[in-house]
Amino acid sequence: MSAKVVKKLQSVLGDAILETSSFRGDEEVRVALKDWVRVAQVLRDDPELAMNHWTDLTAVDWPEREVEGQPRFDVLFSVRSFEKKHRIRVKTYVKDGEDVPTLTTVWAGANWAEREVFDMFGIRFAGHRDLRRILMYDEFVGYPLRKDYPIDRVQPLVEYRDADDTLKLPPFGIEEGQPFARVDWEERLAGRDEQVSPSIAVQTGQRRALSDSEIAEAQFAKKPEESAAE
Amino acid sequence: MGEVKTIVGGSSGESFFTTKFESLLAWARKYSLFQYPFATACCGMEFFAVASPRYDIARFGAEAPRFSPRQSDVLWVVGTISQRQGPALKRIYEQMAEPKWVVSFGTCASCGGFYDNYTTIPGVDKIIPVDVYIPGCPPRPEAVLDGLMLLMEKIQKGNREPVTVLPKVVPELAQLRGKRALPIAGGGSKEGA
Repeated sequence: MSAKVVKKLQSVLGDAILETSSFRGDEEVRVALKDWVRVAQVLRDDPELAMNHWTDLTAVDWPEREVEGQPRFDVLFSVRSFEKKHRIRVKTYVKDGEDVPTLTTVWAGANWAEREVFDMFGIRFAGHRDLRRILMYDEFVGYPLRKDYPIDRVQPLVEYRDADDTLKLPPFGIEEGQPFARVDWEERLAGRDEQVSPSIAVQTGQRRALSDSEIAEAQFAKKPEESAAE
Repeated sequence: MGEVKTIVGGSSGESFFTTKFESLLAWARKYSLFQYPFATACCGMEFFAVASPRYDIARFGAEAPRFSPRQSDVLWVVGTISQRQGPALKRIYEQMAEPKWVVSFGTCASCGGFYDNYTTIPGVDKIIPVDVYIPGCPPRPEAVLDGLMLLMEKIQKGNREPVTVLPKVVPELAQLRGKRALPIAGGGSKEGA
């Protein structure tokens, strides 16, 4: 249904459309970063396209592509037209550290979407008037949706309670995430692993530590004694 | 109400009873809990169900929600607590006057649930002490009332040890599941396994 949008874009912009793809009626075009705003303006202003509904802007991280010398990120936005009842997705490749021109001058709705992509991926949008974190807190270091952000890394704003300075202890181990994830299901189904919280099961030898966080936790637990000995 | 001794006597037939002051105070406290609902996520819906007439938390004298921590006795942490919300939750807990209790409502509040990532606190007990844990995603209102009754029992006994609402075993379900049922640690029966 939106194939005519791609045809129209190709007729107006010609070689600026580098690549097109279609999957079950979802059309996508890829453009160079320098044509990013121009494509957006054509999409909005051309009377045959009339894209007046900003849907979303997001990004995808491909760290392995950077190793091959390719740009690391995909940045893509989706827009649609209420009158013409068609939609399209536009994609571009962005290198790490490269600025993307803002689309807030074309669709005001891009404001928060660009802030979110900045917050999650660290991609900066040149010309954005208020580019600061939108979901994470200002103290947060790094960009959590980059693939190289460690999966176990948390940055608490409130220091976690320590067993020593509390009157009450939880009925399960400190630092415990979740009792039902990272479970060794083969062990469980074989009946060797009771459904207890992982930290207790590790302590009693019922199961081995599975996650990196548990190994790190065990190492962390040893440290205070060593520092006390010094 | 702890130790109660009833004495009937006197020429005109009047009667009275004796008890310890702490028991009387605890009895009064457990039937007049003012609650602060810190509802952040989908568990909040289940909390409303508990508070509404069908399950009727008012039966336990706990019907009065107070949206000022200074006037409340029980902090209900209902739902996922993100790292960003941590300081607000801790501050509210610190503003409550003693004696105060905390109920962790649902899996996310108790241990982070499936949000095992950069954004969520893996259980509110990492930042504030918790008295009663109610597991479930979300817990059924019956489990919540179980938790409230556990809390009342703790208040009566003066016990500050954290407790967990244990899963209920439904014999018919255990039979249906047959040998495929997984063993449940704690209060669960292993007959079905």
